[in-house]
Parts: sequence; structure tokens; C-alpha cells
Amino acid sequence: MGNFVVRRLVVFGICAVLGGQVQAELKFEITDFVGKRAPVAVVPFGWEGEAENAPFDISAVITADLSRSGRFAPIAENDMLQKPTTGVDVDFDDWSILAVEAVIIGKVTQTGANAYSVQFQLFDVFKREQLVGYRMPASRGTMRRVAHRAADMIYEKLTGIPGVFGTKVAYVTAQGRDDNRLYTLVVADADGENEITIMESTDPIMSPAWSPDSRRLAYVSFENNISTIYVQTLRTGNRIKVSSRVGINGAPAFSPDGRKLVLTLGGIDGNLDIHILDLASRKVTRLTTNRSIDTEGTWAPDGRAIYFTSDRSGGPQVYRVGVNGDSPERITFEGSYNARPRLSPDGSKLAMVHLDRGNYRIAVLDLDNRDLLVLSGGSQDESPSFAPNSDSLIYATRQGRNGVLETVSADGLVRQRLASRQGDVREPSWSPFLN
Amino acid sequence: MVISLFALGACSSTSDMDEDGSEGSTVSSSDSSGSSATTSASSDGGQLTQEEIRAQNALRQTVFYFDFDVAEFQAEDRDTLTYHARDLAANPGKRFRLEGHADERGTREYNLALGERRANAILNYLIVNGASRSQIEVVSYGEERPAQSGQSEQSYNRNRRVEVIGR
Repeated sequence: MGNFVVRRLVVFGICAVLGGQVQAELKFEITDFVGKRAPVAVVPFGWEGEAENAPFDISAVITADLSRSGRFAPIAENDMLQKPTTGVDVDFDDWSILAVEAVIIGKVTQTGANAYSVQFQLFDVFKREQLVGYRMPASRGTMRRVAHRAADMIYEKLTGIPGVFGTKVAYVTAQGRDDNRLYTLVVADADGENEITIMESTDPIMSPAWSPDSRRLAYVSFENNISTIYVQTLRTGNRIKVSSRVGINGAPAFSPDGRKLVLTLGGIDGNLDIHILDLASRKVTRLTTNRSIDTEGTWAPDGRAIYFTSDRSGGPQVYRVGVNGDSPERITFEGSYNARPRLSPDGSKLAMVHLDRGNYRIAVLDLDNRDLLVLSGGSQDESPSFAPNSDSLIYATRQGRNGVLETVSADGLVRQRLASRQGDVREPSWSPFLN
Repeated sequence: MVISLFALGACSSTSDMDEDGSEGSTVSSSDSSGSSATTSASSDGGQLTQEEIRAQNALRQTVFYFDFDVAEFQAEDRDTLTYHARDLAANPGKRFRLEGHADERGTREYNLALGERRANAILNYLIVNGASRSQIEVVSYGEERPAQSGQSEQSYNRNRRVEVIGR
């Protein structure tokens, strides 16, 4: 069995121009259902510059972002009665007629050879007033990022919830069959654009986990045929081996301060337990000692507790243990299988894989009232990961034989599918807010 | 008379199968791919004894299957595993690797743990029956390396396994 690792450690830069590494394979399909969409208008942006057209269509990205959120229905350009680019030109009567609730206008102005100024304004049609206006500098390479930033601000102003259009997702792809498998660890924009290969291997890759500053990914690699945990810096492609002990090295997750990893170690006796690794000192502290399987640890947002999967009561359930190792407390009581916990960043909800009448589905437990809501509809759904605004989740599911990703709002009303043309996609992890 | 037979490495072995009264030599029969070598001798220099045939057959079995959500090997594999243990005990230079697997249902890291537990269940049995810990490496691949892809019960059954990989 040939097992050399093919590794392309790609420099992860803000600039989208990266030669042949960008694959653009992920596509978003709207498969959402229910939910009320507010009609809005995103007017094509004005342009002042040397070339005939702006180097980038900002309004198209804002439109796509707002539409993809499931909460807005942008109207078609053909239906617009006017296309203002400055506030002075906005005629609220024209928008009222169309029953549009909010209007977004803007313009791009060239200020240098590769320097632009992007301005946008958001208006409330009913109140006839501006809600937010903003101007941002951009280069050709940062236009898309600026468009997402505008969409985030608009979204937050209209919903009260911070937008996540400018965030990223990491996931693993698997192609080929049998002895000819190729695995890649990929980072893409939250809308599926700009897929960049972080690491590539002929052996399995598992459990990607973002550092809180979004600069690093921890993951499990089976290169050399054994499990090893690495932490890789995205910008440079450099990585360090942080755990390669005898037995399983698995399920890494960063602490909220970025200084520690919770991980699963099997050790020489094969007793799988939760440990905490201090990344600076490399000191490992053992948190559980039970003879059951204890794995899939994740941090509470206050950094004081770890939630994990344990089968100490017979089948997998979610438990919570303080980082000082006090006696673990069982959290899930509904159903025979609850595993792979993930806390929402605001600490209010716990997502997990839940066995629901024979189907493995994503469920969210409200930690206040203890209501369990099943959010997904597949039979083999797994790897739930919250968006940093706690309002959406991404997870892995199946479409026919292929692994695909789906996002769902935390209330279950909006669901969308992300499919890749290259084989199986799995193990998504949503980035924190990017700085 | 004891005859040592080996495919890899030098080892002399004393048969513990002498205990049950069968005559003569043991057959040390595994090469690196797990298939048995064929040379042997019994004390009358001719055919293999029943015991030797049983041992060879046992050593040829290198995959052990598990029931759903369970880490104990199946009862019918106990004798086969005993032969493996004795073979290791008789050949201290022999090494192999236990690779544990799970079917794809449920979460990946939990399945990685299940695969490890299954491999360890076999490891522990082998050690109790004479093998030395240093002879055996244990690795789990969880659900990542199925023997048969697909979502049928048959695929799942074939994926819940531990494989013995000779080295």
C-alpha cells in the first residue's frame, strides 16, 4: 500500500489570485423551505473609473448573500422603477409601490491604479430614512471581501444578528476509490467560492478545527498509517505536530483563548479519554479516566468546561466536565445516541448528532429550557458546526452516494445544500468571525 | 523432535501443542501476507496432522467481524484467535498489526474509538493467551477505510472488523 503523503501546503493569502490552486467546485443550491422572506432591493452599484465597467459586481454578491440567508427576497433588476446610486436620488414612493421593505444602493469609485472606494447606503422604505451608510477602500483583490462585509452590515442592521457572509468554512474532501483515494483539507468562503487546498494526502484526514483567531487549523492526519494531530498555520502552510502518541490521537478542538487543545488520546492501554494539551508547554492533562469511550471534546465558550461524548451509560451521550476535572455530568437524556457536541458561540445551544427513529440527524438542545429540536432530515447526518453568530449551522449529509454539506438556520426554517462536483465532502467546520 | 519453520526472521520454537498429545513439530506458517507456508513435518515425516491443519487454517483467517456497536469479538473466533496467540508466543520475533474498523453509522471520532476498542479486545485476548505486547501494534481507522462502500446492512457487516496485518 503506497502511503507517501502528497502535501501541498499552500500560502493562504487574502488576495484571491493564487494561480492554479483555486478550484471553484462548491456550488450552493437553495433547497430551503418555510420561512418568510422580506422583499428588498439591491440596486446595481454605480461606477466611476477608467474602465467601462467596475472590476467587480458588488451588488451581485450582496444580493446573493442576502438571498442565501433565506430571510430576504431581493427583487429582480427589471422590476426596479429607478436605479439610484446616491441617497439624494432615492424616491421612496417608487419603492413603496413595489412593497419593498429596504433598499440598498451604492457606487464604486476608482481612486488609483488598483485602488477603489466602495460606498453603500441602506434605506428603510417605510420609515423613509437611511439606516446605515459606509465607505470602504478596496483593491481588485479585496472586492469580494468588501462586498461580503457590506452584506454583513446590512444584514445586521435589518435583523439585529451579525452577518456571517465574510466567514469561511473548512472541510475534507475524499475522491477516488479503494487504494486510489485522495483526501484534501479545504478552506472556502462561506458561499462556496475561493476553495483553497490546505493539505492533501493519500491517507484519511479528519476533524478540522479552527483556532479562535482563524489563523490556524488543527486536524487529524493518517499519513504514515497512524493518527497524528497537526496544527497548521494557514497563511504560511507551516505546521507543527502536536500529538503523535501511541494509540489514537483524535478530535482536537481549540480553547477560546487559543492556547490549548482538547483532544482524545487512547494511549497504550487503549482507554480513550479526554485530555487537554497546552500548546506552549506541550503539557497534557487528563480529564477523564472512565473505562468507557470518552471522545469528541469541545470547549464551552467561557473556557471553563468541556463537553464530550461518552458511552459510560451504555450508548453515546453528551457529558460536561469542568476543566479542573470534576465529576462529569450527563447532559443528554433524550434518545439512545447523542454524540459529537458543539456549543453555539453564545453558549445558549448545544448541537449534536442524535439518533432519531433510526436516522442520525442534527439536533439542537436549548440549554435553558432543554427543548431538543431536530434540524436535519437525512439518515447519516453528522459534524454539526455553528456559524459564529450562533444563528446557523453547517453539517455533513448524503445526497445519493455522495457526501454533501448543508446549512440550516438554528430555528430550522432555512436549509441549503452545498454540493461539490468532486466526490465526497465531509467534516465541515465554520470559521470564527474573521478579523 | 522439534523443527522450527519460519518465513521471516530467525526463531526457534517449542511447541506448546505437545501438551495435547499430538506428535512432533509445530508449523509456523505465516509469511508477511498472512498466507501460510506449506512446508511442515510431523514426526513420521509425512502428512500434516489434524492439529497442524487446524492451526494453518486458523492462521489463514486474518479478518474478524463484530456485531453492531459491540467491541467483543464473536465467540466462534475464539479458537482461531487462540491459534494466533500461540503462534506469536512460539515465534517471539514475529510481529503484526491489528487494524480496527467500524461501519459508517454514527459519528466519525466515536467510530474511530470503536475501531480501537475492537482491535484492543483482540489484542488483550492474544496477550492473555501467550503473545507479547511488543509483538502487536494496534491502529484504528474508524469508518475511514471501509472494506465495502455502500449503505446496505451487508456493507456495514463487512466493515465492522479487525484485520491482522503481518509485517
